[in-house]
Formats: sequence, structure tokens, C-alpha cells
Amino acid sequence: MNDALDVAVRLVVVFVVFLVLPLVVGQTEHKVMAHMQGRLGPMYAGGFHGWAQLVADGVKFAQKEDIVPAAADRRIFQLAPAVALLPYLLVLVVIPIGPSEGAVGQVVDAGIFFVLAVMGVGVLGSLMAGWASANKFSLLGGLRTAAQLLAYELPMLLAAASVAMAAGTVSLPGILNAFHWWWLPWQIVGALVFFVAGLAELQRPPFDMPVADSEIIFGAYTEYTGLRFALFLLAEYAGIVVLCGLTTVLFLGGWHGPWGADGLGWVWTLLKTAVLAFVVIWLRVSYPRLREDQLQKLAWTTLIPLALAQIALTGIVKVAIS
Amino acid sequence: MSATLAQAALTAPQGFLSPNGVEIAFLLVGIATLGAAVMTVTTRQLVHAALWLVVALGGLAVEYLLLTAEFIAWVQVLIYVGSIVVLLLFGLMLTKAPIGRSPDADSGNRWVALAVAVAAAGTLVWVVVDAFRTSWIDLDGPAQGSTKVSGEILFRHWVLPFEALSVLLLAALVGAIVLSRKSAPDDAPGDAPAAAPRETESR
Repeated sequence: MNDALDVAVRLVVVFVVFLVLPLVVGQTEHKVMAHMQGRLGPMYAGGFHGWAQLVADGVKFAQKEDIVPAAADRRIFQLAPAVALLPYLLVLVVIPIGPSEGAVGQVVDAGIFFVLAVMGVGVLGSLMAGWASANKFSLLGGLRTAAQLLAYELPMLLAAASVAMAAGTVSLPGILNAFHWWWLPWQIVGALVFFVAGLAELQRPPFDMPVADSEIIFGAYTEYTGLRFALFLLAEYAGIVVLCGLTTVLFLGGWHGPWGADGLGWVWTLLKTAVLAFVVIWLRVSYPRLREDQLQKLAWTTLIPLALAQIALTGIVKVAIS
Repeated sequence: MSATLAQAALTAPQGFLSPNGVEIAFLLVGIATLGAAVMTVTTRQLVHAALWLVVALGGLAVEYLLLTAEFIAWVQVLIYVGSIVVLLLFGLMLTKAPIGRSPDADSGNRWVALAVAVAAAGTLVWVVVDAFRTSWIDLDGPAQGSTKVSGEILFRHWVLPFEALSVLLLAALVGAIVLSRKSAPDDAPGDAPAAAPRETESR
């Protein structure tokens, strides 16, 4: 009974985090973009900086009519948002935020493989949406999504493999236990490759070719309305949280910090994740969109060689110090 | 591999008639997987076939998990669901992926295909049954297919097949690159010169 209660509490906590953090990131994005671009948007709802506009937006999404295009493949069209969103919830379960036993939803033996595998499944949602909408723009968006995923999955895996080699384990808490501060300069190239490839997998600017609004409206999500559209947006922000959390855990030392790591490890994790999320938003307002051929070129001629070089470096250092 | 599994073999006799929870779950997931696989080859809608394949491959991953082979399960999801099915869908969307039934999505070879499939399945079942006849896995105990165990078995006992496979895959990769480069501009100067390098770039 006690075990069941423990599992239930963990799952509820992860679920609450899953519902709260993406919304916080979304609201931060609105506000950060507004201030960086000097056009403030809604500032009055709720008093402080218009925070209650988030609630109003949620109510608005819930009120909108749920439309399925006549020529669409109904069932797949309706299933797609769930396929896009749920993998991120599953990934969140295994990300450790603190040093203790209780600071991770569930310890998975092959944690790195689990998170990368499940994150890859999320893209199927975009593909299903793009195909089932019976819309040329959606189909183009789906195609671009697939091409982007195929190109960026490999460097992401290679960069993660480098950390696994350094730590000698593929379990996420195991990697954090093996972490030392000098891993930061040692794995910095891998960290950059991982983060950039992750951004591309989330289709965030400057890698937002699949949803490029000025060319193909909103890619695979063009035909979606109301709650289903909101779920796709939520999946994007959940993806940001997951990517930043993973980069923190794999490359930035997670709960390790210059001081106070014993009791306040989770603060360090959240702080690093928040800074990375801010960088994601910052990139959106400061970089132009990459063209399709530039996207492919960046992945195949820059990121993959860099990731391979990082693996070689990891191997050499690992042999040298052992 | 059977040596390690045999080490873990239980001393108590095992029977098929006293199933525990994990075995029942294994059976149910197996039936669902088989159903999804049958749907994959019988549905007339091309993209639906690819999506049923996702269900079948995912079900297989769950089976691996139930057999405590955690590492294999995640690799199964990563490679098959995350990459190969995405590649399949990409190919379908790039060529012809109508919504609704495709009347030409059938082949005259269906009976030959069925015979080959049954023969292949029979061979595999025979090999597995013959190899692991007396090995038992303790499903309720700690994972015996963990990353550590799999890695040790792979790189201690099965290094040669592993290396042979990697060379084979490398050869296939090189072959794919050579094939896609064959229509170089000097062959057909009328083609758009940018087309050939773009194709190899995006594979």
C-alpha cells in the first residue's frame, strides 16, 4: 500500500510539473519577446504585467469550436495532438532534479536511451497531423518535419553518447553522480551540438522551417482549432522544458552547484533549466529562419562532424585519465 | 547468451498452466501486437499501414520490457519507431499518400508473400525454441537484460558478429551513397545541376 501511495504521489507531482512549467515558459516567452521587441501587448489583465492574460487565453482556446476538415482522416487527425504531447510527459518522469532518491519520478536503467527514444516518438504527432489534415500546406509541414528529424536525430544521439562514455553509464542519475566541474569545458562542444539539435527537433526558431508561418501558414497545425491546437502549443513548450532539463542534466551538472548542493540541488537544476529556456526564447527573437538546404547542411556538415570529434576527444581523455 | 540466461534459471520447475501477472500481460500485449501486425499488412490505406506498424513495433518493445530486457526495448523504440517509421512516412508523403483507400495497394504476390512469411516465422520460432529450451527468466526479480549485462554479453561473447554487422552496415551505407550519386550531371547534362548534390545531402 505504501509503495502504491509513493508511486501515485510521484506521478501526481510529475503531472503537476508537466502542467505548470510549460505554461510558465510560454508566459515568459510572451513577456521576454514583448520587451525585447519593444511592443508590450496585453499589460492590464490581473495587474502585474498582464499575467492573467494566460488564463484568458486558456479560456479562449477551450471555447473555440473544434473543427475537423471534411476531407480529413478523422481519427488520425484527432489522435495527433495526444501523440505529440504524451511523450514529453513520459520523458519528464525520468529527469532527476535533485541528488536524493526521491528527486526523480522513476529511475530508468537506460535513461538516455529512454528519453531520446520517447522524444523521437513525439514527432510522429506532427507527421500524423500533417498528413491527416488533407491540406497541401500541412503536408509540406509534415514533410519538412520528417526531413528535419532525420537530419538532427543523429548528432543528438552522438552528443549524448559522448556524455555516456565520459560517465561510464547511461542512467541519468548515474551520470550526475559521476559529474565533475571540469566536464563542462570537456563536453562543451557536445553540449552545443545537443542543444542545437534539440532546438531543431522541437522546430523552434531558427529551425522553424516546418511551421514557417510566412510560407506554409502553420505547417502541420494549420487546420487545428481550439483545444487540439492548444495541445500542440503545449507540446512545444513542454518540449522546451524537457530539452533544457536534459541539457542541464547531461552537460551542465544538474543539481551540482558551486555551493549549497546538499539541500538546494533542485534549485540549481531549475535555475539552469530556466536560464536555458531563456536562451531558447532569446534565439527566437534574434535569429532569422534557416532555409531548408541550410538546415540540412548545418546538420550533416557541421553538427555531425563536431559530435564525432567530441566523441573522439572524450575517448582520448577517458583513456588518458584511467 | 543462453549461458547467462541459464545462470539465472530458477531451480523450481516452471509450468505454463500457472501463469503470473507478468505472463498474462505478456500474452495480452502479444495478441495486440499480432493484431496490429495483421492490420499493417491487410489495411488498404497506405499511411494507416505505417501507423499500425508503429503500434506493432511499440507492442514488441513492451514485450521486451516485460522480459526485463530494458535496454533492447528502448533501442527498439529509438530505431524502429523513431527513425524507420519516420523514414517510411517521409517516403509515403513524398510520393503518394492519399487519404482513404488505395485500390492499387494490393499485390498479386500475396499468397507467395504469405508463404514466405510463414516459412520465416517458422524458422525463427524453431531457432528460438531450440536455443532456449531449458532457460527460464525470473520476471519478478531484478532486470537481467539491463544495459550493463547486455553490454558485457555483446562485447565479451559476441564481438565478432557485432563487428561483422557494423562492417555490413557500413558497406550498405557506402553502397547507398554510390547509388544516389550515379545520376551525376555528366550523365544527363539537361537535368538541373543542383538536384544531384541536394539529393545526397538530404539522403
